[in-house]
Amino acid sequence: MSEMNIQTVADMETGGVPVLKLEHLTMQFGGVIAVNDFSMHIDQGEIVALIGPNGAGKTTAFNCVTSVYQPTGGRVFFQDQEIGSSRLHQSPDRITRLGIARTFQNIRLFSGMTVFENVMTAMHLRRKSNLFTQLLHLNAEEEKKNRAKAWKLLETVGLTDVAEESATSLPYGKQRLLEIARALATDPSLLLLDEPAAGMNPQETDELGQFIVRIKDEFNLTVFMIEHHMNLVMDISDRIYVLDFGKPIANGTPEEVQQNPVVIAAYLGVEEE
Amino acid sequence: MKAKSKTPAILTWLVIAVIYVAVFVAEQLLPPSSMLFTVLKKGATYALVAVSMNLLNGFTGIFSLGQAGFMLIGAYVYGIFTIPVADRPVVYQYYDGGAIQFTVPVIAALILAGLAAAFFAFLIGLPVLRLKSDYLAIATLGFAEIMRVLIQWNPMGPITNGANMLRLFPNFNDFNLRDASGNVTLYLSTLVPFLIAGVCIGLIVLLLNSGYGRALKAIRDDEIAAEAMGVNLAHHKRLAFCISSFFAGIGGAMLAMYQTTVQAKFFTTAMTYEILLIVVIGGVGSVTGSVLSSFLFVAASEWWLRFLDEKQMIGNFEVPLLRNGFRLVVFSIIIMVVVLFFRRGIMGTRELPDLFRKKRKEGAVK
Repeated sequence: MSEMNIQTVADMETGGVPVLKLEHLTMQFGGVIAVNDFSMHIDQGEIVALIGPNGAGKTTAFNCVTSVYQPTGGRVFFQDQEIGSSRLHQSPDRITRLGIARTFQNIRLFSGMTVFENVMTAMHLRRKSNLFTQLLHLNAEEEKKNRAKAWKLLETVGLTDVAEESATSLPYGKQRLLEIARALATDPSLLLLDEPAAGMNPQETDELGQFIVRIKDEFNLTVFMIEHHMNLVMDISDRIYVLDFGKPIANGTPEEVQQNPVVIAAYLGVEEE
Repeated sequence: MKAKSKTPAILTWLVIAVIYVAVFVAEQLLPPSSMLFTVLKKGATYALVAVSMNLLNGFTGIFSLGQAGFMLIGAYVYGIFTIPVADRPVVYQYYDGGAIQFTVPVIAALILAGLAAAFFAFLIGLPVLRLKSDYLAIATLGFAEIMRVLIQWNPMGPITNGANMLRLFPNFNDFNLRDASGNVTLYLSTLVPFLIAGVCIGLIVLLLNSGYGRALKAIRDDEIAAEAMGVNLAHHKRLAFCISSFFAGIGGAMLAMYQTTVQAKFFTTAMTYEILLIVVIGGVGSVTGSVLSSFLFVAASEWWLRFLDEKQMIGNFEVPLLRNGFRLVVFSIIIMVVVLFFRRGIMGTRELPDLFRKKRKEGAVK
């Protein structure tokens, strides 16, 4: 019931439909319930974080949103359109077409391509040209526009100097930035970041936080991220959801979540009384 | 944006032009029975088929072993539609001259051969492309075997001539220009297969360098990421499968022209393996590599290693082991050495223009 209340309040505040809404999302693998009755919503322009101990089901929730998995229960809405439920499954590329882009926890760049080509590939879905116009180079205008856009995205993430390098030859942190640039190339309105700061040092993490806020404004995004670096989460998130063993145990502003005894117990463990 | 140097592209075109001119000149000067032309004609044919296979296995990451089946379809479609009507009673002697009593021009028959192969690829692609790696290979292998049997099936006789061979259709030698008394005035029998293969391979290269080509490579590199970046897996895999089969079909038609006869029983799994070897030796993911190794492979198997099959005397000493079939033993050893020690093949994933670039990072693909 409490979620319903939050929902109504949020709707009154923004006056719009949430960009992403999960209703009682459940994902069961055999006997394991990875995500259990998870309801949430994200409004336009928010940065919302999903946190929880390892194995809490955070990435599984992401995979349900992006249709990598079909949820076994509950429903997923994107801008008020149902995009996934136990009865509705569409291929992940259709979800991307709708305007949801993501990065991966274990980086998944296209290893056989250069940095620049990685970004170009992600623009394939928005092309108006077809196979024949592309083969005969009748799409020069579009190609030129795409190349310029890819270059601008690389400027945004600061990777222009390595544009012609093999994507997987980059250091870890830069690979993560490239994944973000590639996701942005699909023209998303909702960006899902799966542990964007994993493997980064405190200074890099700090810069990443500012960077996420900057691209959110520049590209008019809504951001949903999974992250373990609490400083980053507390710094830039508008709201936080906490999962533990697949179950939502708390949500609220960073201050509220930080002081929530249930969250502290989940992270630090609690002594038997 | 950085301006790319035009030099590698110019040099590449220059190399290609020189090769074509050399082929043309050699053909006018050397005797037409020279082994060189056998190698060049068959090499051009195999180059096209190898590149078409590389499009699937090397650039899209689909491990298909149906190439011989699609070549078979192409070869038969070409033969069936180009045998002159006057010759049909002779060719189809057991089937009352056959059911089809018209011919189409050679170019149209080539395209038809490709379209027929692509059509079959589309049909079997619907169920088969849902499979992954090994399972897909087995399914496509099965398809090729079924096609081979189906074409030899007696009720198909009026169209396919059953288990008998198709012959008397236009072959490469018919491209030579002759004067009224039948003497050759201009030899084109090697240049024409080079042109056909060149145009087809050129189209494949254009495809690979387009946005679609990048989408295919994305599928090869990481299916999950490709899908997350909006690449429709089913659609693009089917597209690659049909295009690859289209060109394998044309390659089959070229093989028919080269051999001057077509018989289903020669399109065996061994033929697919030969092409797979060419792809591996040339470098999985390199068009240039496939082309180079096609010519090397054909030259070795048809020409350079032939002496291994015959008794050789050094003075009075008879070299042991050399007898019919020994060539294949040596061949197998060469292949094992390549696979064990030169796994990246001749070119790795590099292409011709890359060879003219001064600095190129390891693993970078054009």
